[in-house]
Amino acid sequence: MSTESTQPRTHAIRMDSLGRNASTKKLADEDIALTVEDLKLYYGEKQALYNVDMQIPRKRVTAFIGPSGCGKSTLLRCFNRMNDLVDGCRIEGQIKLDGHNIYEKSVDAAALRRNVGMVFQKPNPFPKSIYENVAYGLRIQGINKKRVLDEAVERSLRGAALWDEVKDRLQDNALGMSGGQQQRLVIARTIAVEPEVLLLDEPASALDPISTLKIEELIYELKSKYTIVIVTHNMQQAARVSDYTAFMYMGKLIEFGDTDTLFTNPAQKQTEDYITGRYG
Amino acid sequence: MEKDIHSHHISQQFNAELDEAKTRMLEMGGLVEKQVRDAISAFMNLDSGMAEEVAQRDNKVNDLEVEIDEECTLILARRQPAASDLRLVLAISKALNDLERMGDEATKIAKHSIALANEGGVSRSYLEIRHIGDHVGSMVRNALDAFARLDSGQALKVAQEDKAVDVEYGTAMRSLVTYMIEDPRSISRVLNIMWALRSLERIGDHARNIAEHVIYLVKGKDVRHVGLSEMEAEVKGKAKG
Repeated sequence: MSTESTQPRTHAIRMDSLGRNASTKKLADEDIALTVEDLKLYYGEKQALYNVDMQIPRKRVTAFIGPSGCGKSTLLRCFNRMNDLVDGCRIEGQIKLDGHNIYEKSVDAAALRRNVGMVFQKPNPFPKSIYENVAYGLRIQGINKKRVLDEAVERSLRGAALWDEVKDRLQDNALGMSGGQQQRLVIARTIAVEPEVLLLDEPASALDPISTLKIEELIYELKSKYTIVIVTHNMQQAARVSDYTAFMYMGKLIEFGDTDTLFTNPAQKQTEDYITGRYG
Repeated sequence: MEKDIHSHHISQQFNAELDEAKTRMLEMGGLVEKQVRDAISAFMNLDSGMAEEVAQRDNKVNDLEVEIDEECTLILARRQPAASDLRLVLAISKALNDLERMGDEATKIAKHSIALANEGGVSRSYLEIRHIGDHVGSMVRNALDAFARLDSGQALKVAQEDKAVDVEYGTAMRSLVTYMIEDPRSISRVLNIMWALRSLERIGDHARNIAEHVIYLVKGKDVRHVGLSEMEAEVKGKAKG
């Protein structure tokens, strides 16, 4: 339009359809759950992560994207010390959860993993009933009261958007469920112990499109309670579900910022090349 | 931004689709540019034959808008473009809209020239039409050039020129009003000139819109409804790494 406007840009404070303040979403304004400080990780002689610094905001969805082997899953596994189980894996630097370094010697890895739950690419329910799968985490904490378990199972299955589908067959074997249901069951099992952080490693990549959408819908609902970090190869999925996105390449964090900006106007050329399909 | 930013996809087919949409949009731009030029020329020479041709060719412009927009829709559906690719498709789609509107304005000028010719013309020169017409014509050409070359600097110049056209338009209007006061019998004929000028001014606005789409495409910044100084700051801001 030709008229010179003297008004301030009113649409700079518009809200998006979710009521988020779309233009002003900034990491600086977020409550930070996880802080990664100068993290280096080696598998034997080979360095897999180089000087990663980042802050993961609380009760938001943060997505890690990047080509295979870029270190995104490795980084994800650092958040609940899954890499401790890998022979020859050595870590320098710190990861702080609520200000405490999770790599302190005094930290009990099992307790950490209860607080930082993880869901993998392939659904891995136990060969038990649906009920026992969800109750498992509570039972190993020594909770055996039926009333408490019943409540937790229902709450978790509802939280994973699975309750209505399975409430009449809680005693059926979990392996008889569909892949999408199994994945939601695994999420229910994870949230049954009320973790603070949920790590999702390609949670929908083995699922059909409808199940994938259900998982994405679930992620959107879960972020009101949990800090979620998701690794995905599906960039549209990252763009849909996440608030913040990190692009990694060859063990380095190339760009980290709010998802809307990263997918419309990334700052780094490497990011641009990857998300537009020019990488390779 | 590199000149060939929209090539080098892993998918050659995607490259080809983006290239095709952009090329066809620029071809449509060429046609609209000709429509504007011919409409002005028909008006200046009271050439009703040429004016009729302009009016007829508007159908072609409309068809192109629909066709190329369909291509853009298919790219969005098939490729889910991101970042600069997404901005390219959006910029093409928006530019199509502006080009089509320019075509409509050119047709209006042609129709006013026919009306004026039927009334026997005016006994004064069409200096304003020639002057503003030249100016707007070069804005259209430069806006399309800026799109073709992804040149945000040139786009900025187009936006700046629009300001000058607006000033010229105001001056021309005042002079025509004075003329009508002096010779009330000429009012209905002079009104044709005023409507044509109005259309030219609108074409200038659409050229500016296209320039804004170019800046959005190149810089990733939405510069609609911001002042020229803010636009200049965005264009001259730090280049992307």
